[in-house]
Amino acid sequence: MNKILLIIHREYLTRVKKKSFLITTFLVPLLFIGMYAIIFYVALNNQEPVTTVRVIDQSGFIADQLTNTDHLLFIPATEPVEHLKKTMEQGEEHTVLLIIPADIVHSQTVELYDTEKKGINTLNTIEDKLNNILKSRALKEAGIDMHVLNSIKADVTIKSKQLTVEGEKDSSVGAAIGISFGLSILIYLSLFLYGNQVMRGVIEEKSNRIIEVVISSVKPFQLMMGKIIGIGLVGVTQFVLWIILSVGLMGAASSLLLNQTKESISTIQQHSTDSQEEDTSSGHTSESQSKMQRIIESIKTIDYGQIVSCFLIYFIGGYLLYSALFAMVGSAVDSETETQQFMLPIIMPLLFTYMLSFSVLVNNPHGSLAFWLSMIPFTSPIGMLVRIPFGVPAWQLMLSIALLIIGFLLTTYIAARVYRVGILMYGKKASYRELIKWFKYKG
Amino acid sequence: MLKINNIVKQYAAHCALDHVSLTVDKGTIFGLLGPNGAGKTSLIRIINQITAPDSGEILFDGEPLQSKHIPKIGYLPEERGLYKKMKIGDQLLYLAQLKGLSKDDAKQRIKHWFEKMEMQSWWNKKVEDLSKGMQQKVQFVATVLHQPDLLILDEPFSGFDPVNADLIKQEILELNSNGTTIIFSTHRMESVEELCHHIALINRSKKILDGSVKGIKNNYRENTFRISYQGLREIASNDLFAIEDRQISEATTTLRIKIATENTINQVLTYLIPLVEILHVEELIPSIHDIFIKEVTAIDANQK
Repeated sequence: MNKILLIIHREYLTRVKKKSFLITTFLVPLLFIGMYAIIFYVALNNQEPVTTVRVIDQSGFIADQLTNTDHLLFIPATEPVEHLKKTMEQGEEHTVLLIIPADIVHSQTVELYDTEKKGINTLNTIEDKLNNILKSRALKEAGIDMHVLNSIKADVTIKSKQLTVEGEKDSSVGAAIGISFGLSILIYLSLFLYGNQVMRGVIEEKSNRIIEVVISSVKPFQLMMGKIIGIGLVGVTQFVLWIILSVGLMGAASSLLLNQTKESISTIQQHSTDSQEEDTSSGHTSESQSKMQRIIESIKTIDYGQIVSCFLIYFIGGYLLYSALFAMVGSAVDSETETQQFMLPIIMPLLFTYMLSFSVLVNNPHGSLAFWLSMIPFTSPIGMLVRIPFGVPAWQLMLSIALLIIGFLLTTYIAARVYRVGILMYGKKASYRELIKWFKYKG
Repeated sequence: MLKINNIVKQYAAHCALDHVSLTVDKGTIFGLLGPNGAGKTSLIRIINQITAPDSGEILFDGEPLQSKHIPKIGYLPEERGLYKKMKIGDQLLYLAQLKGLSKDDAKQRIKHWFEKMEMQSWWNKKVEDLSKGMQQKVQFVATVLHQPDLLILDEPFSGFDPVNADLIKQEILELNSNGTTIIFSTHRMESVEELCHHIALINRSKKILDGSVKGIKNNYRENTFRISYQGLREIASNDLFAIEDRQISEATTTLRIKIATENTINQVLTYLIPLVEILHVEELIPSIHDIFIKEVTAIDANQK
């Protein structure tokens, strides 16, 4: 036992002391936070400045039906066209000139003048508005009442609520999907990366030929387990550091961003007071504010404690299961280039579940495919984690974890038997038949 | 010290060790000889408890070999290796601790050996920064740090330049004179005759020869002598001896003779002295090398 501790100690320290460990530990959360910040920042600041649309309505029925939006302010113009064009050329910013011809109903064309190229959004919005107005007019002329028309127009938003023991709870499928994706990617990458480290460690010892010295002092099983546990602890250390760093940085970043949000909202309000239609404008602002609140709240509904603990459980379980297999592969080959033929069947279940997690699993997290994938030990680390944000019955979680434990005990047993023979075999091209033979050796 | 009884080790298709028995006495240097693939490494691995025999038993100091004996055994494998990126000092510390030494003891002994082998400045160096010969030195130190009672050396001199090989040889002899029993596996025969008290020859998974170096050589004496004498006078084979070879250089004749059984060199000399003036008489004792080749090829020939 003491010797296993020594091995764990060495495997752990040599890796944690490496520069690459420090770099990834501190850089990855910064990268994540940076991405998060950029997305947030862009989302908040990409509120295009309010564009004033001066409308010259020669048809006479459209201008008063053009309603303002967050970014567009329609102002009917009475000045002559040439005069307006001139003032625009003289550098009136954020202003376009919309000329609606008298025969718009037939020509279906309008002219838009601007001094700078407008984003596709602005054009689309104006187009949509005009289309709607023309459509309603056409419908009205066909004898359909405007009120009926309005009542037909539907605008549905789903407020999803989940029934749990604690009662009704706001839940957001969107946030759950996002977290599922994140978990799927994270567990897949980490199982793969740390498993690979185990394999490389075994190959290193084998190709360095230090293996014979070491196993004249300790049992092959002790060496294998020491290595697996040591590297696993490196992984756990890294995650814990990531979580601590992320939470810290996230806290700092959100407080910073919230301040900015307040500022930008107040500037919008400032802006809207200047404009002529105060009430609608501020109404939009409060709407966008509540939208943001809803997002923040839906992010808050997720049980992070459960997710983090499940992630750690499935990381450790999946890691033990897979790294034993990786160690087995490492013991069977002489160099890293020979690992290919064994790697594919090992990572297949993982890869398969990983790919499915973005489609089937997320779309139908309680279907039978999702259920089985979250039970089979080879796929459950991804399968179950993807389902967890959507809520999984406790018995399924328990069963899945129990199966995972049985799974890794089994793979460790098999791997250890192959490993003890494999590490002493040099220059022999290992085939599957060879591995089975090694497994059967006694003693 | 070590008693090996009827060890059998079977790998899927072939038998690596076929009922091999050996006894290694305390304080001796025991040479384990055999061509490549004979089963030496398998036997050494069994003694090191890296693998277990299919049948047979091994007694260490009279007790069945078990894991508590691991700290008493030091093993220098033929294929050597160290962690490339680890500092020499840390590495030795780690390996010594794996053998059951406490950290402080290990540190002290490493310092002692570093001084002895003139490698004081190496503690913080990495293995990849050392030359191959230097790595071998480190490896040797790693093997003996925990002061094993039984030292198993597999081809210890390979990779050493003559100076360092001699240094290691002196260390081995010193360890031996301090009571360490040494099993010395090799196919380099010169070093066997120089160092070993006792040898066993393994070929094709069987032990074919076992005994003290002197005893074995005696057994292989063929009553062959080399005699040189002044002058060119021809001497013919007779009842006493047969002449196997004759060489003449300037005014000296050198004969290789095989004395007929029941006769002695003294009788031959009595016969010769009146005839020629004898310059040199020497018994031709086969070297271990010759015996090795003879035995191995004889068996191989029989097998074919």
